[in-house]
Amino acid sequence: MTTQASLVRQITDFAHRADPYPLYEELRRTPVLHEEEGGPYVISSYYDIEALLHDPRISSDAANLAAAGADELSQAENTGLPPSFIRLDPPAHDRLRRIANSAFGPPHTPRRVDDMRGELAAIVTGLIDGFGDARRIDLVDRFAYPFPVTVICRLLGVPREDEPRFRAWVDPLVASLDPETREEAGADFAKSAQEARTQLGMYLAGLVEQRTREPRGDLLSDLVHSRGPDGAMTMMEVLSTAVLLLIAGHETTVNLIANGMLTLLRHPEILRRLREDPRLAVNVVEELLRYEPPVQMVPQRTCIADIEVRGVTIPKGSRIWLVLAAGNRDPERFPDPGRFDPDRGDIQHLGFGSGIHSCFGAPLARLEAQIALAELARRLDNPRLVQDPPPYRRNAVLRGPRHLEIAFDGLR
Amino acid sequence: MRLVVDLNKCQGYAQCAFLAPDVFALHGEEALLYDPRAAEEQRERLARAVAACPVQAITADGLDGAGGATAEAGQGESGGR
Amino acid sequence: MVADYLERLRREGRIVIVGASLAGLRAAETLRAEGFAGSLTLIGDEPYEPYDRPPLSKAVLLGRASARHTELPHRREIDAKWRLGVAATGLDLTAKRVRLADGDEVEYDRLLIATGVRARPWPKEEEARLDGVCVLRTRDDAARLYQRLRSGPRRVVVIGAGFAGSEVASACREKGIPVTVAERAGAPLVGALGGAIGAVAADLQLENGVDLRTRVTVTALEGDAIGRVRAVHLSDESVVEADVVVVSLGSQRNTEWLTGSGLGAGPRGVACDAGCRAFDFRGIVTDDVFVAGDVARSPHALFGYQFLSLEHWGNAVAQAETAAHNMICHGADRRPHLWMPAFWSSQFGVNIKSVGVPPMGEQLMITQGSLAERRFVGVYGHQGRTVAAVTFDNARWLEFYQRQIEQGAPFPVEFPTVDRRPEGRQPVPADFPDPSLPTHGPTVTLSGYSPADRQLVFTPARH
Repeated sequence: MTTQASLVRQITDFAHRADPYPLYEELRRTPVLHEEEGGPYVISSYYDIEALLHDPRISSDAANLAAAGADELSQAENTGLPPSFIRLDPPAHDRLRRIANSAFGPPHTPRRVDDMRGELAAIVTGLIDGFGDARRIDLVDRFAYPFPVTVICRLLGVPREDEPRFRAWVDPLVASLDPETREEAGADFAKSAQEARTQLGMYLAGLVEQRTREPRGDLLSDLVHSRGPDGAMTMMEVLSTAVLLLIAGHETTVNLIANGMLTLLRHPEILRRLREDPRLAVNVVEELLRYEPPVQMVPQRTCIADIEVRGVTIPKGSRIWLVLAAGNRDPERFPDPGRFDPDRGDIQHLGFGSGIHSCFGAPLARLEAQIALAELARRLDNPRLVQDPPPYRRNAVLRGPRHLEIAFDGLR
Repeated sequence: MRLVVDLNKCQGYAQCAFLAPDVFALHGEEALLYDPRAAEEQRERLARAVAACPVQAITADGLDGAGGATAEAGQGESGGR
Repeated sequence: MVADYLERLRREGRIVIVGASLAGLRAAETLRAEGFAGSLTLIGDEPYEPYDRPPLSKAVLLGRASARHTELPHRREIDAKWRLGVAATGLDLTAKRVRLADGDEVEYDRLLIATGVRARPWPKEEEARLDGVCVLRTRDDAARLYQRLRSGPRRVVVIGAGFAGSEVASACREKGIPVTVAERAGAPLVGALGGAIGAVAADLQLENGVDLRTRVTVTALEGDAIGRVRAVHLSDESVVEADVVVVSLGSQRNTEWLTGSGLGAGPRGVACDAGCRAFDFRGIVTDDVFVAGDVARSPHALFGYQFLSLEHWGNAVAQAETAAHNMICHGADRRPHLWMPAFWSSQFGVNIKSVGVPPMGEQLMITQGSLAERRFVGVYGHQGRTVAAVTFDNARWLEFYQRQIEQGAPFPVEFPTVDRRPEGRQPVPADFPDPSLPTHGPTVTLSGYSPADRQLVFTPARH
């Protein structure tokens, strides 16, 4: 039997990474869980999460979070680079996001993502062709990781061959999002995350500087040269936005694709249907975002007023965790929530969050995952899992397999 | 294919305008414009847009794609709030 | 007995829906979805399948959609008999018959009235007949207006700056057409959102090059020798030359066909209870006549049980679903229509959305953002309660405020919010015009408490 007092620690405990869902179920029995003094208020029901994502008394501002204590990430952000828009409230958030969006999507650049479809398909084909004669591969290292990395590099204008360099900075930054790692590693770790963010910023500054002189039509160039009604980003704003997009642009999609293939291999009937009808990929990906969301929780919010959730008063200044993955399997919202069912008509998931901070790159992530999974289903002959469950990455927030060994009989 | 968007539900996430830019467009930062009659060659993109809408605001008929005959993701009454 | 009747109604009864637009279609679909297997007849005065109106003043005028192709998608097969292009002209409650313009009669066991509204025409008939004088309500109206705008008019005059008029003006400016807007109130949108927000809408128009004339009425439309409109005369004695005039003075409810039927129907619509059952003129609820959509007015628990007439797209859908459900189920299974009023408009590239009943509000607080930036959330208060909210390009926050209204949250808003500016610390007057004066495009009409009130004095808008 588990005790209430240890539930949050169990969730962040690496030992439970492969299947946190029974813990989430337990979590939902106490929809507003506050286990220890100074600890977070953990919200796990669909409707509560959805409401708080639209609640103007909830702040994402790094400064508010630091005031709430125990936020190592805000220290990591304290590096001379200003916070990125994910860690700001309006109006600063809205301004930066609008400028970033003007380079990425409608109304200013409506075709950027749609125009990438052919390129995405070509990258996928190249990676699958690259499996060659192998009959057993690690799908993460050979496909799920290199695909989104290549995409975000091309989109931003970061040289693909620099990946080993920036990976060395990205890894500690991403690890710093993991509550358990932060707690175990302590101050040294926070320091190394700061260091990594600074290094990554300096690396990107070199690229940005080139674009300042010589625009190239990539996103970095457009960020540098944006001159809309919101004015231009400062150089520091460009850098923190670029750091955010580079990391968020692949660290989540790798998990979406790896979780996706893992789930399909556990549901061979749906994999077979996807092979026969690639259009099914659309609903497969939406259901994946509900069933195995790559971002499991949002642990970076505070409330700027006393708020009441299900009769519990959360005092002003408290930290709040919104466990998206628990909400996505809330039986109050979805019938038979533990079943992977792309045919359920109603898949209004929390996988990309909601409200003003909803995932910036969602349309690109959707297309990447749709194309990737449809092509893997079509081309791999008799694919199967070598190890179930596979080994997982440590991270409880950005959750996914570290490796996904699969065997197959050949390529089609 | 005929379609309609419940603009009371729409919150301007613009997934549709990213994924089917010939059918849906943003007018300013948040307001959505769309063509209620999508051309046949937009079928696949329209299906992606309908499925991607974070608030399930798009109703289309004549999409016999993978999502089943009616491409309405969760109607008002059934979709919770 | 009752159970037998209902069983038979569901199996082989006759349901007639008068009004073949959004509410009519959604009601028909709901009836079939809930197992109604009898005969279903839809009667519509326009010769078209149900189509969607909101795009007519936006995407259609901008040339991004065709007026002829805004038909609504169907949620399911409805297997109905369509009587299109023929208006209903009378109702016999005793014989349970609807009379049609072509002399035909259609019998029903249960009737749904969803005849909606029409554009209020220019009151002087001779002037209204001038070539170039338009209204915008139907797809034919939109097709004609689109053609006129395409032919490059020297100037368009829009009479009335409600939502529809403002959207027309927005489309004109986007197409580079000079446009003058004449509005009786001090600013656009005041009937729906009050003067404080109206001032923002006025700035938006001026900044986009609209020649906005407020606190004026139109005294005459002047034609040329061959019957084309050539100028508009205003109450401040000025004259504006124009070759297109769009009359945008709100709407009139299509209830004339019910005159003498014994239903509680009049210029303010057809009164019904919360279950969508129509009242007769004595205030007694009927059991086989139901009402939905723009033509209905029904009591709302959240707003003091006032009878609300809602010219809202979402209301038409929700009320149709509720009415259809209630038409074919037992009393205990019936649902009240408790839809939260909500609407949207987009004009000059700004997305305007609202929930609740703004005209009830005496005061307004800008709880997020700023009026000057035209990105904000405004909250309306009435007697210490939050009753409505409006957003300009801030739609993602609106559902929070909807819950505040549902909970009867206190007003003024005491709690802090992100993006609160100094201007949002204190309430200001919402500044609605005198409610006894009819406004065009109010979208919500508070029509008192008495369901079959025959004492109304209705004053048409005079411009």
